[in-house]
Amino acid sequence: MSEKTVHVDEHRDDEASKLGMWLFIFTELLLFGGLFLVYSVFRVQYHEAFHQSSLELSVTLGALNTVILLISSMTIAMALTAMQKNDQKRALIFIGITLFCAALFLFNKYFEWGAKFHHGLYPGSELMALLDRGHLLYFSLYFFMTGLHALHIVIGMTLLIVCYFQVKNKKINNKDYVLLENGALYWHLVDLIWIFLFPLMYLIS
Amino acid sequence: MSNTTEKIEYVSYLDHQGKYKGIMSWLMATDHKRIGLLYMYAIITFFFIGVLLGLMMKLELLAPGETIMTAKMYNSVFTLHGILMIFMVVIPGLSAVFGNFFLPILIGAKDVAFPKLNRFSWWIFIVGSIMAVLSQLLKDGPPDTGWTFYAPYSTTTNSNVIMATAAAFVLGFSSILTGLNFIVTIHQMRAPGMKFFHMPLFPWALYATAWIQLLATPVIGITLLMLIAERAFQIGFFDPALGGDPLLFQHLFWIYSHPAVYVMMLPAMGVITEIIPTFCQRQIYGYKAVAISSLAIAAVGFLVWGHHMYTSGMSDQARWFFSLLTFIVAVPSAIKVFNWITTMYKGSIDVQPPFLYALAFIFLFIIGGTTGLLLGSVATNVQVHDTAFVVAHFHYIIFGGMGFAFFAAIHYWFPKMYGRMYDIKLANISLVIKFIGFNLLYFPQFIIGVQGMPRRYFDYPEQFQPAQVISSVGGFILAFGLFLMVYNLVKAAKSGAVAPANPWKGSTLEWQIPSPPSLENFDEAPIIKVNPYDYK
Repeated sequence: MSEKTVHVDEHRDDEASKLGMWLFIFTELLLFGGLFLVYSVFRVQYHEAFHQSSLELSVTLGALNTVILLISSMTIAMALTAMQKNDQKRALIFIGITLFCAALFLFNKYFEWGAKFHHGLYPGSELMALLDRGHLLYFSLYFFMTGLHALHIVIGMTLLIVCYFQVKNKKINNKDYVLLENGALYWHLVDLIWIFLFPLMYLIS
Repeated sequence: MSNTTEKIEYVSYLDHQGKYKGIMSWLMATDHKRIGLLYMYAIITFFFIGVLLGLMMKLELLAPGETIMTAKMYNSVFTLHGILMIFMVVIPGLSAVFGNFFLPILIGAKDVAFPKLNRFSWWIFIVGSIMAVLSQLLKDGPPDTGWTFYAPYSTTTNSNVIMATAAAFVLGFSSILTGLNFIVTIHQMRAPGMKFFHMPLFPWALYATAWIQLLATPVIGITLLMLIAERAFQIGFFDPALGGDPLLFQHLFWIYSHPAVYVMMLPAMGVITEIIPTFCQRQIYGYKAVAISSLAIAAVGFLVWGHHMYTSGMSDQARWFFSLLTFIVAVPSAIKVFNWITTMYKGSIDVQPPFLYALAFIFLFIIGGTTGLLLGSVATNVQVHDTAFVVAHFHYIIFGGMGFAFFAAIHYWFPKMYGRMYDIKLANISLVIKFIGFNLLYFPQFIIGVQGMPRRYFDYPEQFQPAQVISSVGGFILAFGLFLMVYNLVKAAKSGAVAPANPWKGSTLEWQIPSPPSLENFDEAPIIKVNPYDYK
C-alpha cells in the first residue's frame, strides 16, 4: 500500500518542473507589467515632473546595483554549470557569491531609501503630501516598484539559500539539479526586472 | 511496483489509507480526487452563504423603501454576495472541483503534475476565504464597494476594503497556481499515444481556462496591491483628488475581470461538451471546432474588457473597437452551441438528469448570450448600463450557465465520484423547480432594467413592485429547488444504490475504471489510439 503512495511522491519530471517555473515567471512579468502600464500612463501625463523627480535619485548608486545584479546573474549561471559538471564545491562558492551580491544590493537599497526617509520622503509622509501630483506619483511609483522588486530579491534569496543547503546535502547533484535550475531562472527574472526599472526610474532625466 | 504481473488490489480513493488518518488524511491529501472534493465542499458552503445573502436582498426588494435593512447594510450585503460568489464560488468552481477530479483521469494520468502545489493551492484558497470572511467581521465594518472595488470610492470609504482586497489577492494566487498546474499536467502527463487532438473536450476547455487564469490574474493582483497601497499611504494612483486616474483602475480591473468571466464559462462549456455526446451516444459534431473555439474564446476574451466601460468616459474609437471585439467573441461561443445541438441530431438520446441539466444550460445560456449582444453594442448599452438588465444578463450567463453546468457536472459524475447513484426522479423534479424559479427570478429583471430600474439600489418607485415581487418569489422557489438537490445528493452519497462503473455508457476514460476510482486511477497507463467519443 505505502509502496503505491511512495510511487506518487517519487514521480519526477524535470521538464514539467521547468515548464512550471517558466509559467510562474510569466505571471511575475505580468504582475510588474501592470505597474509598467501605470508608470507609462502617468509619465505621459506628468513628464516634466517625472523628469525633475528622477534627478533626485543617485544614478551612481543605481548603476552600481545594476552591475551587482548582473554579476550575480552570471555567478548563479556558473553555479548551475558547476553542478552539472558535478563540482559541488565550486557550485557552493558561486551560490555564495550570488547571495552576497543580493545582500549587497539590498544594503545599497537600504541606504538609498534610508536617505530619502531621512529627508522625510516616504509614502504617507507630510513632505509627500506637499508635493505636486506629478512628483507625488513619481515617488509613489518609485517606492512601490523598487519595494516590490526588493521583495522579489528576498524571495529569490530564500530560494537560493534552500538551494545552497540542498547542494550541501547532495539532494541537488549532477543527476538531479532542477531545483537549482529553477532557482537560477527565478534569479534571472529578478535581474531582468531591475534592468527595466533602472532606466525607467534613474535614467529618464 | 516490483512485480508488475501481479494484479494490484483495488482500493477506492475514499478508503485508501495513506500516511495520515482521519481528517488529516483529507487536509494533507495530495490526491487530486480528494482535493477536488475538498474544493467542492468548501465551494458549496460558500455558495449557500451567497444564496442566503441573495435571498436577503430579494426580501429587501419586496417593497419600496426600507423593508428589512438599511441602505448601508444593503450595500454590504451585495458586496459580500459578489465577493463570495465571484472569487470563492464561480472562479474556482468547475476547474478546481471537476478539473482537479477529472482532468488527470480524462487524460489517463495518475495525478496532476504537482500534487503538493495542488494541496498548497487549496490551503491558500481557504486562507483567502477566511480573510474574506474576516473582512466582514473586523471593526471598521464590512466593505460596501461592490465586488468591483471601483476607485475612488474604494480608496476613500471607511469600511474594511484592505482586508477584502487582500483576500481577493490571495484567492487569485490560488487560482494562478491551479492554472499553472493544469497547463503543465496537460503538456506533460497525457497517456501514451494521446495527442492534443485526442484529448476529450473538457481538458481542452480547462487548458484554455488555465491560460487565462495564469495570464490575467497577476494583473488584478497588482491592481489590488496598488489599491491597498493607495489606501494605506494616500498615494493617488486612482483617486483624482490626488492626481490619479479612476479610469485607470477600471481598465486594470477589467483586464482581469472580463477574462475571468471566461474562467467561469469555459469549463462549463467543457462539461456540457462531455455530457451531450454521452447521452446521445454519438460522436461530438466538429471536435476540432469545439476544441479550438475554447482557445479562441480565451484569446479574444482578453481584448474585450472595455465593454464594461462604455459610459466611463472612454474615447469613441475605443468604444466602437471594444464593441467590435465583443461581437467577435460571440462567434466561437455560438460555434459551441450549434455543435452541441447538431450532435443531438439523429442521436439515440437517453434522457437522464445530466442531459436535462445540459439542455437547461443551453436554453439559459442562449438567453444570456443574446442579451449580451445588446450590452456589447454601444448604443443599447448606454441605455441599459448599470440597470437590472445587466444583473439579469450576468446571472443568466453565470448562474444559468456556469451554475447549471456545475449541477450538470455533479449529476453526471456523481456515480463516479462516490460510487453511488442518486434518485433520478427527485433529481428531475429539483431541476424543474430550479428552472422555473430561476426564470421567475431573473427574467422580470430584464424588463424592469429596460424600464430604468438601476442595479445595486435598495429602493425603487412603485411601478416596479409587481416585477420585484415575482422576482423575489422566484428566488425562494429556486432556493427550494437547490435544497432539494442537495438533499438528494447527500442522501445518495450516504446510502444510494451502488452505481455501476459506467452507468451512462460513456466512452471517455473515466468510465473505463471502477467507481470510485483507486488512488492512482489506472492500474497501468492506458494507451490511446482513437478519438475520445468513439460510439458505435
